Amino acid sequence: MRRMKTFLRSISVQARRRRLARPTPFAALLLWALVPLRPAHAQAIERAPDTMEARLQPCAACHGAQGQGVANSDSFPRLAGKPAGYLYNQLVAFRIGRRHYAPMNYLLEFQLDPYLRAMAEFYAAQRPPLPAPAVPIVSNDVLRLGQSIVMHGDPSRGIPACSGCHGPSFTGMEPAIPGLLGLKPSYISAQLGAWRYGTRTATAPDCMQIVAGHLTEGDVTAVAAWLSTLPSPENAAPLPRGTLALPLACGSEPS
Amino acid sequence: MENIVKMPLRPRNMRVRWGRWLALAVALCLPIEARSQPAATDTVAKQGEYLARAGDCVACHTNPGGKLFAGGRPMPTPFGTLYTSNITPDAATGIGKWSADEFYAMLHTGRSRDGGLLYPAMPFGAYTKVTRTDSDAIFSYLRSVVPVSAPNKPHDLRFPYNNRSLILGWRTLYFTEGEYKPDAAKSGEWNRGAYLVQGLGHCAMCHTAINALGGSSEAQAFQGGLIPMQNWYAPSLTSNKEAGLGDWSIADISDYLGKGVSHRGAVYGPMAEVVYNSLQHLTAGDTRAMSVYLKSLAEGSPPGAPVSTVAGAESSLLMTLGKTVYDGHCASCHGAQGRGLTPQYPPLAGNQSIQMESAVNPIRMVLNGGYPPGTAGNPMPHGMPPYAQILSDDEVAAVVSYIRRAWGNRGTAISARQANELRSALLD
Repeated sequence: MRRMKTFLRSISVQARRRRLARPTPFAALLLWALVPLRPAHAQAIERAPDTMEARLQPCAACHGAQGQGVANSDSFPRLAGKPAGYLYNQLVAFRIGRRHYAPMNYLLEFQLDPYLRAMAEFYAAQRPPLPAPAVPIVSNDVLRLGQSIVMHGDPSRGIPACSGCHGPSFTGMEPAIPGLLGLKPSYISAQLGAWRYGTRTATAPDCMQIVAGHLTEGDVTAVAAWLSTLPSPENAAPLPRGTLALPLACGSEPS
Repeated sequence: MENIVKMPLRPRNMRVRWGRWLALAVALCLPIEARSQPAATDTVAKQGEYLARAGDCVACHTNPGGKLFAGGRPMPTPFGTLYTSNITPDAATGIGKWSADEFYAMLHTGRSRDGGLLYPAMPFGAYTKVTRTDSDAIFSYLRSVVPVSAPNKPHDLRFPYNNRSLILGWRTLYFTEGEYKPDAAKSGEWNRGAYLVQGLGHCAMCHTAINALGGSSEAQAFQGGLIPMQNWYAPSLTSNKEAGLGDWSIADISDYLGKGVSHRGAVYGPMAEVVYNSLQHLTAGDTRAMSVYLKSLAEGSPPGAPVSTVAGAESSLLMTLGKTVYDGHCASCHGAQGRGLTPQYPPLAGNQSIQMESAVNPIRMVLNGGYPPGTAGNPMPHGMPPYAQILSDDEVAAVVSYIRRAWGNRGTAISARQANELRSALLD
């Protein structure tokens, strides 16, 4: 039932969008045509829906139908709107075991490249609203430290500003630098920690490993806390490719 | 329309490499087939590549994301960890100095080039059935891959299993040397299937129970068993109560093996690896031959008698809660009557794999979900969501008990404890 509702919802959302963009009777027709498929009549459907939404039900269980993340979980990140190249790199990393999270490794182990690409493109195209900014649970001093590192880095310790690569609004940059909004502080801390300890890696040169290696545990807490308090920008789309000149080389982001 | 969510059978490390071996076997057995492709030596290596896929050599001899056939993949076993060997043509660390005779002798006798005894994680008990022609083709193919310098890692086995002479005892009990002998009373297709299933496919590595000595007896061949270290149950291929394919159509068996999905069931767990790396690459003729043979294994065995169901208040409570969970989470895909929407959403009513005595596979499917493998015939599979993060142990036990008993299914109820024990299975 839930799946059917989700499916109907996604179709009607698409239809609404189309109607907004280009008023046409087609959207209305589409909605009307779907009415007989209400859950009570689900048995009448002879085939599984041939859609990405239906195929990605295993992902939706933790990441939400649109990849918006799950409100009550600290560890299932938002996927929506991140650049497809970034998402694809992560899917491949989980498939070959470079990134370690058993449920993800297990789900992706035997999936083909084009499918992983389609998954990445699906979530990259989603634009569910960002969650409300978090109410910080750390002191103002910690928040100030976080803001300082995020916006300016710490050149004396070789730490570049996060905004230098992830964008002034932290929406990321095409093709493979992720946005940092809508993520729980616990998730950001866990990822930076994993980079510091070498349990998360990316293609060499692994720029994030270099950056994270310069951060202390206190820095990580501060950065994660401040990022989670940021409001949604007007335009949540990643920056176009090449907008920013990166301060250091990244194997996963072609320059 | 019943479907079987078949759970694969191979231990992560001791995978049944049957797909590739099967392919190899097939290739060897049918050298007369219309292989009207490239030129001479190239053709042999191509054939060898096909056979190597049938044998699924890659599953164990290549690390995920690593260099092809460079070995070094850890294979946890109940006796310790084995590391697979480098089978690239590198002279110093691979098989670059081997001859075709030595390669055949290794496959056929389970002894390495230096005469040392191989651990039976290498399925030489199955590969011994491979013909010399097929062995030569595989060897020719392996000689053609990129050589990788990667020294073999020493095995890490506990005492007393680190004493290789123990393998002699194991061999006496469980190893019979000899190439496949066709059964003249059967068709060429059946024999081809048997050659692939018993030889390169090494299906028995998982589908035959392994005893405390790591051996499996021929008398119990294909009768099913829990795969050590992987916590998946490899169903019996001989009993129609389990995954016996006696009442499956040849088309459904072929789809299951070749595409990973069918109208009767879909492939998950260790079997997904077999289909992904091996079986999907076999020719339609070989897949069909295997299907014919596998179907014949179960023919004649009577359908399972109804299992007595747990009576009493607890059982009916389980069923009531189970139906609530099912209607809320499962019915949207599998249908209120458990018929599914095949082949994407497997049927549960009449599905053998969820009614088996071992409930390990259905419990794991509910907890972890899963995708069937991506194949040429089904490149973007629909999948089963994980429910471990949503359902309590009681709810998992209830819904698994429900699907094992609803709609005329004849499985038994399971306990919350059984559900809880498998929560960590993914991490093992």
